[in-house]
Order: sequence, then structure tokens, then C-alpha cells
Amino acid sequence: MSASTQAPAQAAGAAPPGPAPRRRRRLAPKTIGYLLILPTVVVLAGVQGYPLVKLALLSVQDLTQRELFSGLPAPFIGLGNYAKILSDPEFFLVVLRTVAFTAANVALTLVLATVLALVMRAASRWCRLLLTVVLICVWAMPQVVSTLVFNWLFDYEFGVVNWLVGRLPGVDMNGHDWYANTISGFGVITMIVVWGAIPFVAITLYAGISQVPKELEEAARVDGANGRQIFFRVTYPILRPIYTIVTVLSVIWDFQVFNQVWVARGGRPEPQYQILGVYSFVRAFGVNEYSLGAAIAVVTVVLLLVFTVFYIRQSLRQGEID
Amino acid sequence: MTSHTSTPPRRPRPGGGRIAANVVGVVVSVLMIFPVYWMVLTAFKPGDELMTYTPHFATLHPTLSNFSRAIHAPHFGDALGNSVIIAFSTMIIALVLALLAAVAIARFRWYGRRAFIFAILVVQMVPMSALIIPLYLMLNSIDQVNKLSGVVLTYLAFVLPFSIWTLRGFVAGVPAELEEAAMVDGCTRLQAFFRIVLPLVFPGLVATSIYALIQSWNEYIMAYVLLSDQQKETLPVWLVSFVSAHGVDYGALMAGATMMALPVVVFFAIIQRHVASGLTAGAVKG
Repeated sequence: MSASTQAPAQAAGAAPPGPAPRRRRRLAPKTIGYLLILPTVVVLAGVQGYPLVKLALLSVQDLTQRELFSGLPAPFIGLGNYAKILSDPEFFLVVLRTVAFTAANVALTLVLATVLALVMRAASRWCRLLLTVVLICVWAMPQVVSTLVFNWLFDYEFGVVNWLVGRLPGVDMNGHDWYANTISGFGVITMIVVWGAIPFVAITLYAGISQVPKELEEAARVDGANGRQIFFRVTYPILRPIYTIVTVLSVIWDFQVFNQVWVARGGRPEPQYQILGVYSFVRAFGVNEYSLGAAIAVVTVVLLLVFTVFYIRQSLRQGEID
Repeated sequence: MTSHTSTPPRRPRPGGGRIAANVVGVVVSVLMIFPVYWMVLTAFKPGDELMTYTPHFATLHPTLSNFSRAIHAPHFGDALGNSVIIAFSTMIIALVLALLAAVAIARFRWYGRRAFIFAILVVQMVPMSALIIPLYLMLNSIDQVNKLSGVVLTYLAFVLPFSIWTLRGFVAGVPAELEEAAMVDGCTRLQAFFRIVLPLVFPGLVATSIYALIQSWNEYIMAYVLLSDQQKETLPVWLVSFVSAHGVDYGALMAGATMMALPVVVFFAIIQRHVASGLTAGAVKG
């Protein structure tokens, strides 16, 4: 502390040529700190901060192809884009679809990952190792690659899933196109998303569960609690902070799913497959309505923010009451 | 213990539970890994076993012909080269910037330090899809669209926060006394850093660089939007366009997918631990 206040005073007092090299060697810690973060601050301000501001600005302008190529300033239209979106019934459909899709993905991910974490805890060492290796392999798969693989698994003509389901008595899956029906199509996409999301959640939950003292569960068992009661009354309350984290992260990720839908539909998602991320993108780059796309993106971020704040406050409050 | 009448029913339970858990574990493992297995199997299958109405679940005649078709498809070399250039540029720049910032956070006290840490953690939560439109317009106005450098710039934004946070932990783990001792022995601050801190945070540098490599190797939308020339495509963009351009040559497609995914799986296995803790650390603070 005192060094940092001395250094500038010295520098101000000793102007003569002598102390120049010495002063460089004795930079105040504060100054070194600022110098070290400078490059990062410049990059993040340029590629994160400025675009965020620009996104908000864009959403109250009307930027089209013409302004983009002529370089003319885009006209300011206030909340016009928002009025346009909010009066569009299709937008509400997209929001509803996105919420339902996210809820299904997050619920499935959490339930399956919890089951996996419990299985990992109860299983033998070799089995736990096997599961860990499998989970890491799945986790590492690039989204684009896994979507292409699932498209091959669910291929209408030579897909292994159609063959497998077709083995059931009385089911004819010859040439069955899973994407022809929106529900089954979203079922496949949900499977891709959940499959990719399980490893992180399961490994994180397992790390948490293995911290829960076995004595607690044994004590509950001695007191006559069954497996379900032990999980919901003993394990889950201890793990609640971890559940809050993985739930918030899963919602943030699943609410803006893009790659899986985009690649599964071959880069041309039909209107009934559009969820918010895809919708905003198609609006901006498909029909060059950049401002409308920006307004949709802003609405997406605001929705996510509202959810995150609400959910975290809620779970904090629950924690206090308990 | 064993003489009690209540023990027999209690004792077998953990054993029976363990066997049941093992069975479930094996079944789940097989189900979960199947898509990966199917990808690799398809990539090595000979042509007459590929498109059959009754699938072959293993092959006795593995072949590399699918790989050679993928490699000789137009622009594979370009895509591979571009991906390597982008991934390594992002990695090196991110590594240098993140190390500097991590040292600043872990070793120095300055005004605004807490705000900086907070910003780093919050920035991780900003959805990439929300930033595509302004990023595209911004890079367009400074003539960086359709250039690999523009893509590297955007990837930095998404790799830096995680890298800084992870490296911070490693730098903070090196006792400051070690550095001070070196400086007492006559090292300058820089020498102490290079001789003492740098070797000790090496595992952290490996973890962060692999993370940056994987992220920029896998990324799809930004590359798709920013790089319009076919010669400028990265591997994921090439792979997706391969489907539409060649109908459904699943053999070659899965060979391409295997080539893209394999290095990622190997590298990811090395750093998996840090990714899990890094992601949740961000959430706790944010």
C-alpha cells in the first residue's frame, strides 16, 4: 500500500534523467496489475462489451441490407421492432415451443443424470470406471458431429433405429421419417441434446454425492427410511446448491440450442422446428432483418436473465427456510 | 454383529444393490456409447455392408476407403488447414492474455480487481447466439468478415474468461514466498516469474490450451456466418456442407466425423476435471 503511494510521489519529485531506468524496475504493483489485464480488457470490451451494446442499439433501429452496404446510418425507430415481434402470433408460438423444449431437455437431463450419479455411487469400482470413460467420450463429442451421427442412426431408409423398432411385432418402420412429425422430430433433437448434456451434469452430481457422508444415509436407513426417502430427505437437501448450479446452467444452454436443430434439419429448419436461437438467426441472416433478429435476441437474453435471477433467489430462500 | 437376527436382511442389501447397480451401469454404458461406436464402425465398414436394410453390428472387413473418399472430397485439405490455423492461433493468443490476467488477479492488488473477476464470470454466461448479429456487423465494418483473423478474434471472447479463471487457480496455488525467496537471492521479478512460477503452472497452461483448442476446433455458427468462401471453411462447416453436397454418403461422412472427433476425445479426456470445476466455479460466483 505505502509503496504504491510513494512511487508516484518519487516520480513527480525526481524529474532529472538519472532515476528513469530505476523507476521502470520499481513499478507499483497496482500499475503492473493494470498493465497485465490491459490486453484482456481490450479484447473483451471489443468482442463482448461492444457487441452487447450494439445489440441493444440495433434492436431500436431499422437496419436492413441497404444500410449495410451503403454504410448509411440506420434509422432509429424506438420500440418498433419489439412492437412488431410482440404482435406477431408466430413469435409467441416460437417462445412457447422454446420453453417446452427447454423444460423437457432440462427435466430429462436432471433426472437421468441423477440416476446415473446414484448408480455410479452404488456400483463397483470397475463399473464406475467404465461409466466415467463412456461419459467423458460422450461429453467430448462435438455437437455438430453428434447431430450428424444421430441423423444417421435415425435415417429413414438405412437407419439402425428404424430397423430396431421395426423388429417389434406389428410395427412397420420401412422408410419412416422421424422428422416428418414435429413431435417425434423434436423427440430426436431432445435425445441429441440430452445425450450430450448428461455427462457434465452426472459427473458434477456424482462429485457432490460422493461428498455426502455415508453415515448420514446409514443413519436414515437404520431409522427405517427407504431409498426414495433417503434421496429426497437426506441426499437432495445437501446437494441443493449443486442442483441449483446445474439447473441454471442447463436452462441457459438448452434455451439457446442452435447447432442441433440447424444441423439436424440440414441448415434449412422448417418453420415448425424454429426455436428462439434459430428464429433470431433466420430473421437476421435469412431475410436480412438484422434489427428484428437483434430484438429477438434481446428478448431471449432478458427471458433467461429473469429466469436465472428468479430461480436463484427462490432456491436461496428455500435454503434459508430449511 | 453377525449374531443379530436383524443383520441378515440388512447385509445382503448392499451386495444385491451393488449387482443391480453394476447391471444398470453396464446397460447404460452400452446405450450411451452406441452412437460413438456406430460412427466409428460406419467409418470402417466396406461399401457392401454400409447401406443394408439389416444392419451389421460389427465388421470383419474393415477398410479405409471411406476415409480416403472423405479426404479426397473437395476442400477437405482447406478445411483441415483452416481449423488448425484458427485453433492454434486462438490457443496461443488466449494463453498469453489469460496468463497475464491470471497473474494480475492472483498476485497483485489493484482497484477494480473484484469487479474484473465478476465481469469475467458473468461474461461466461452471455449466450453466443445473441452476439452473432452484432459481431457479424462489427467485423463487417472493419473488413474482417471472410477472414480467419476475424474468427480468431471472436473465439478469444468465448475462450478467455474460462482460461483466466482456470489459470488464476494455478497461479494462486504457487506460494508467493517461493517467488520472494528467488528475488531475495537476486532474481528480478521477471526472472522469478519465468524460473519459478511458469514451470509450476505448466499443468494449468496445458489444461487451458487444450480447452481453447477444443472450443475453437468444434465451433460451428460463427465460422458458418463469418466465412463465406468454400476455401475458408473450417472442419465443422465443411462436414455439415458435405451432407448436402453429396447426398448421403454416410460412410465418408462418418469417416470425416471420426477424424474430427477423435483428437477432441483424446485431448478432452486429459482436461475433463478442470472443465467441470471451471464451469461450476463460474456459476457459483455469477
